[in-house]
Amino acid sequence: MNIHQNDSILGGLDPDLRAKMITNRRGLFGRAAVSLGALASAPLVLALSARQVFAADLPAQIVDTLNFALTLEHIEDAFYRTALEANFIPEEHKTVFRHIGLHEAAHVALLSGVLGDAAVKRPEADFTAGGKYPDVFSNFDTFVAVSSTFEDLGVAAYKGQAGNLIDNDDILTVALQIHSVEARHAAMVRRIGGKKAWDDAFDKPMTKEEVLAAAKPFLVA
Amino acid sequence: MKTRDQVTDHPMPAAPSDNSRRAVLKFGVTGAAIAGFGGLLPNFGISAAMAADLGEGDIGVLNYAYALEQLEAAFYTMVLEKPFAEMTADETAILTDIRDHEVAHVEFLKTALAEKAIGPLEVDFSAVDFTSRDSVLQTAVTFEDLGVAAYNGAGKLITNVDYLAAAGSIVSVEARHAATVRDLLQPGSVAFAGPEVVDDKGLDVSLPPADVLAAAKPFITTDVTAMSL
Repeated sequence: MNIHQNDSILGGLDPDLRAKMITNRRGLFGRAAVSLGALASAPLVLALSARQVFAADLPAQIVDTLNFALTLEHIEDAFYRTALEANFIPEEHKTVFRHIGLHEAAHVALLSGVLGDAAVKRPEADFTAGGKYPDVFSNFDTFVAVSSTFEDLGVAAYKGQAGNLIDNDDILTVALQIHSVEARHAAMVRRIGGKKAWDDAFDKPMTKEEVLAAAKPFLVA
Repeated sequence: MKTRDQVTDHPMPAAPSDNSRRAVLKFGVTGAAIAGFGGLLPNFGISAAMAADLGEGDIGVLNYAYALEQLEAAFYTMVLEKPFAEMTADETAILTDIRDHEVAHVEFLKTALAEKAIGPLEVDFSAVDFTSRDSVLQTAVTFEDLGVAAYNGAGKLITNVDYLAAAGSIVSVEARHAATVRDLLQPGSVAFAGPEVVDDKGLDVSLPPADVLAAAKPFITTDVTAMSL
């Protein structure tokens, strides 16, 4: 049963998105950072241009929603990247958090690719939340608590935005495909934290305002 | 279109009891089996027997979800009625929660559909060895991943924003189930979101109804066929 049938604009750009994700992966794990410039081959540049045309054709509501999602993905991506570099995660849990980090990097690459020129910049984050979690990158329990917050927030955020994407089948589907990955992450991180993987039979959505309020302590104004 | 006889004509299973082989849902309303005739559903190509009762458009999608939730609820109900020997307290708690969630999803969809709801599905778990932890958990993973893929693929078929929100509230719980049961089978590994379900773009599986129904077909005795998509 195989299955990633995105016969969409997004799926069609696969090779180049893959190339971009490899940069992210290298950034995540690699010793030598590979500059984007070095990888900006002619085909990649052309593909990026194509995506920019695509993004320019999207309605503002969809661009705004995707940028909201990209902001959250940037936060998650930076969070796991920093944590893995800080090298305090117990050996037995590294595999899981590396894997989650790869997905978040891939989500950033995917959404950035779709948005092209319209993509928001990576926000500046403060994962101590203004000093509330001073040991977030040294105390595994604190890290897991914050990770769990981000993952559950991501699930609720995508859920809350689905209605804004209802007029674009391809983008709605991709958002749903990210949404359920975030839910898998959320469940796994909760398990690592010794908690149930769910609250109850129905996950609740959050509005953009609610999500931004929850994320605000982690964002440098 | 297959006839009912063709679909129900399963070979005798090797191991499991009659009880596990075919079971009508215990929590469902009693009712006639789904009628075995009908034409193509215009919007997403579920055809024949089930289509006649699924209805069209959003109602059709909700009935499609309702069918899958019935399958899951029936499965976990049986898992807990006949727990495998070495089921731990942790596993019992997890599987009980999951069963309760699936039953809640069934009830929610049944209520939402009201008189447009299809009847109870007849299920066939003869392929499952309920005495085997591995068989039970592997089947659970199959159902949960399939549920996630089904909701992900059905989202774009929904036109009503409220129904889309409801489906969204269910699918992430299914994904939490999937991750959890996958982790029970391969603890601490990448299995919770492994490469067979999450691709290198970080995307989960999305499947059209025809593919989902084909994958579910071995477990559903009620004639459910898909002709296109």
